[in-house]
Amino acid sequence: MSPSMSAQKITVRCKINGQDRSFTTYPMARLLDLLREDAGLTGTKEGCGEGECGACSVLVGGELVNSCLIPAIQAEGTEITTIEGIAEGEKLNFIQQAFLEYGGAQCGICTPGMVLAVVYLLNRIKKPEDLTEAALRTALAGNLCRCTGYTKIFESVVRACHARFGASAGASSGDQR
Amino acid sequence: MASRLRKEGREKLTGRSQYVDDLRLPGHPEVLHGTTVRSPVARGTLKAVRFGGSIPWKDFVIVTAKDIPAIGGKNAIAHILHDQPCLVDEQINHPEEAIVLLAHPDRFLLEEARRHVTFEIDPLPAVFTIEKSLLKDPVIWGKDNTFKEFTIEKGDVDGVWQTADLIVEGEYHTGAQEQLYIEPNGMIAVANANEGVTVWGSMQCPYYVHHALTHLFALPDDKVRVIQAETGGGFGGKEDYPSMIACHAALLAWKAGKPVKIIYDRAEDLAATTKRHPSSTRHRTAVSRDGKLLAMDIDFLLDGGAYMTISTVVLSRGGIHAAGPYECPNVRIHARALATNSPPYGAFRGFGAPQSLFALERHMDEIAAKVGLAPEELRRRNFLQEGKATATGQIIREKLDLPKLLDSALQSSEFIKKRKAFQEANQDPANPIKRGMGLSTFMHGAGFTGSGEKMLASVAAVEATPAGTVRVLASNTEIGQGQRTVFAQLVADALGIDFDLVEVVQPDTKIVPNSGPTVASRTTMIVGKLVETAAISLRQTLIQSGCLAKTYTTAEFRKACGEYLSKLGALKCFSQYQQPGHIDWDDQKYRGDAYGTFAWAVYVAEVSVDLRTYEAQVDHFTAVQEIGKVVHPVLAAGQIEGGVLQGIGYALSEEVQLRNGRMANNRLTNYIIPTAADAPDIKVIFAENPYPHGPQGAKGIGELPLDGVAPAVLNAVAMALGPEAASRIHSIPLLPESLMKALDGAAESVKGERS
Ligand code: FES
Ligand code: FES
Repeated sequence: MSPSMSAQKITVRCKINGQDRSFTTYPMARLLDLLREDAGLTGTKEGCGEGECGACSVLVGGELVNSCLIPAIQAEGTEITTIEGIAEGEKLNFIQQAFLEYGGAQCGICTPGMVLAVVYLLNRIKKPEDLTEAALRTALAGNLCRCTGYTKIFESVVRACHARFGASAGASSGDQR
Repeated sequence: MASRLRKEGREKLTGRSQYVDDLRLPGHPEVLHGTTVRSPVARGTLKAVRFGGSIPWKDFVIVTAKDIPAIGGKNAIAHILHDQPCLVDEQINHPEEAIVLLAHPDRFLLEEARRHVTFEIDPLPAVFTIEKSLLKDPVIWGKDNTFKEFTIEKGDVDGVWQTADLIVEGEYHTGAQEQLYIEPNGMIAVANANEGVTVWGSMQCPYYVHHALTHLFALPDDKVRVIQAETGGGFGGKEDYPSMIACHAALLAWKAGKPVKIIYDRAEDLAATTKRHPSSTRHRTAVSRDGKLLAMDIDFLLDGGAYMTISTVVLSRGGIHAAGPYECPNVRIHARALATNSPPYGAFRGFGAPQSLFALERHMDEIAAKVGLAPEELRRRNFLQEGKATATGQIIREKLDLPKLLDSALQSSEFIKKRKAFQEANQDPANPIKRGMGLSTFMHGAGFTGSGEKMLASVAAVEATPAGTVRVLASNTEIGQGQRTVFAQLVADALGIDFDLVEVVQPDTKIVPNSGPTVASRTTMIVGKLVETAAISLRQTLIQSGCLAKTYTTAEFRKACGEYLSKLGALKCFSQYQQPGHIDWDDQKYRGDAYGTFAWAVYVAEVSVDLRTYEAQVDHFTAVQEIGKVVHPVLAAGQIEGGVLQGIGYALSEEVQLRNGRMANNRLTNYIIPTAADAPDIKVIFAENPYPHGPQGAKGIGELPLDGVAPAVLNAVAMALGPEAASRIHSIPLLPESLMKALDGAAESVKGERS
């Protein structure tokens, strides 16, 4: 999606990781470029540019989206969360901590998108039993990882779920995965 | 001790890691974007280049082959041979060959401009298959289209055919496979006559890139600097092609007088960069009635693409692994790598071994069926043992216990019990889901083949800082496998200090010695050993200087470093590779110790095949391997799990569709890698047998998992579908289309037999 050369630039105002931001950009520029180039938030990655890999996943208005498919104009007035907004200062959030401890990140290029997909998944879970194996697989099926074979990612998510709901949580044990 | 946490884990998890596309160069506010204009044909003679459209061409930096002599270098990507040009001068040899480079500050305008460069080309006849290349009509490379040919001979194969109880023949094919690291390739270059050339990029082998740049620019070593950015996966795919991109970015930067950044998008990365070599293997095997292998005659062919690049070494590894972990008195392996007009094939985890082992391990199941033995029993009767010789005559000098690995795999996968249950359930014609169990047994030689390590003579170093921390200096790259963590662990353990005190320096050819490339499962076993040895000599130096007592705490160690540095100056210890005395290899005859050691494995796949959709899926996977000593359990298991899933993709879904030498499905929508929904549970079991020449007893493991997955999966599918269809399941990827053909063919021939 390349912005037409003749298009007029517009102003886009949105909240990114809790901060009010404003950008002048082409209406059809990709949210991915807005984040990486205009906002300088390079934690969001581009793996394919066509909605297949999930490396560019961010939350817009609490929904998980591929930022390579979202035109900048649609960001107007929204609240956006990127990987840079997940940790609390230097303290990793519980999902990041689980990925660190259980080997959920290898080369790390899928990791920002993957972590956001997990944030989204665990946000929607009300009780640990909701994290069935099927729910887990479906939730991550849009985020490709070529390094891990997903085993340690699944384990990390189950551990993160434990961390959130207490030790007995999680329908499938990480050890059995 | 609990596994150490990944060194750069926090940066990766918080998005702070700097991959090449994230870098901002200090002092260079303006960086131009660069792009590559490629040949539209597979083979031809370039007559003219036209710059059309209403593009403001004067605002563009334009580089062609004509610019290279002015710089003083040679138009070639220097590697084993210098046969691959950096840019086409006249002769075009594949459809993604680079002809023109463009740079401009606006990447959208740049893309527009790229589409308005056209070429006048006289097309020439091209070659797209191994079979056609063998005919030498036309000859497209060298004298006879052959990059390399060799024969491994053990005993006397031809003396056996007459007397053998059984002779089993088979032909097997494997397709190309894309590494599909999720971070596409990219480079940034600063280049001018004053400062020389500096590049930052995604890569596995900084010194390969360095070598290519010094040749292209005819610059002395110290005028070229290569810095690895955090790298989002490699798997072999960032072994040799980054040299090409670095050369392109540097040529543009040199002419522009400004930094230039080239980042491939996915489509370009898929189409233009290297992939796993397609292969074709023919087996002819003599067996006794009780299942002893008497003679193995193997013809192994690789499609190397348009230029030699590293096909010769891929062929070596593939050929040497072709007879597998079996003892057979008579073996002949005839191996050839041939030229076609496709983009050159390159390194991909396994490096030739997945191809030849796929053929062998599928063939072993065919032999078992003919002899009337269970597949595991046939293998058991032929396993290599300590004191016995491989195909190259390498005597196994380690405690090798393949039966134990096999038993462990059979037990933990419940192989026998499940096979029996599936065989019964599969009889029911009303049941459209057929299940199967399949296995493979194999090995992977760690480190460079033959005398490769000796010739590389890698060097690594460890140095102390005034603060009492320790820095590890090596050119090996962290590409996800955990090199940084493992090196830090080896050094911390050797010195007996905290893991956090060890820093592994980001590879930068100005700072780190050449410890060789990050390939061939060599980083832990070979370079890790160097790093460990350097650390030990650093400790000894501290002790001998009197700054440190023989036993010490971390705090005392830190103090001693400070004291040494202030009294005696820098403290930096090097270590250079010394070939272990037991290795003896003949490069000419392909005889002797091909590798210092091997990792050994038995893999089991449990599959189900849906006869309505012709889809095969892997339900469970068991990977049992002996890898010396496991130095970092989490990272080691991560390597195996990732490799297994890549192997499942290789077996069942990853098809590179070539049309006239060009990848037609160069998108993630139609080149299908396994997702979280496709991944089976993968059980990883390690057996340990410390290797005395590896650090803490470690052997190399990175490539091993790719070698044995596809045959285990296809053996399982073959079992599920029964012997008629099985004889047609000889190629990967096994897509639903090919499965349908195999089944329909089987049905046809059953009908034929009945009538
Ligand atoms: S870059 Fe957006 S989905 Fe791949
Ligand atoms: S960690 Fe490398 S792609 Fe997921």
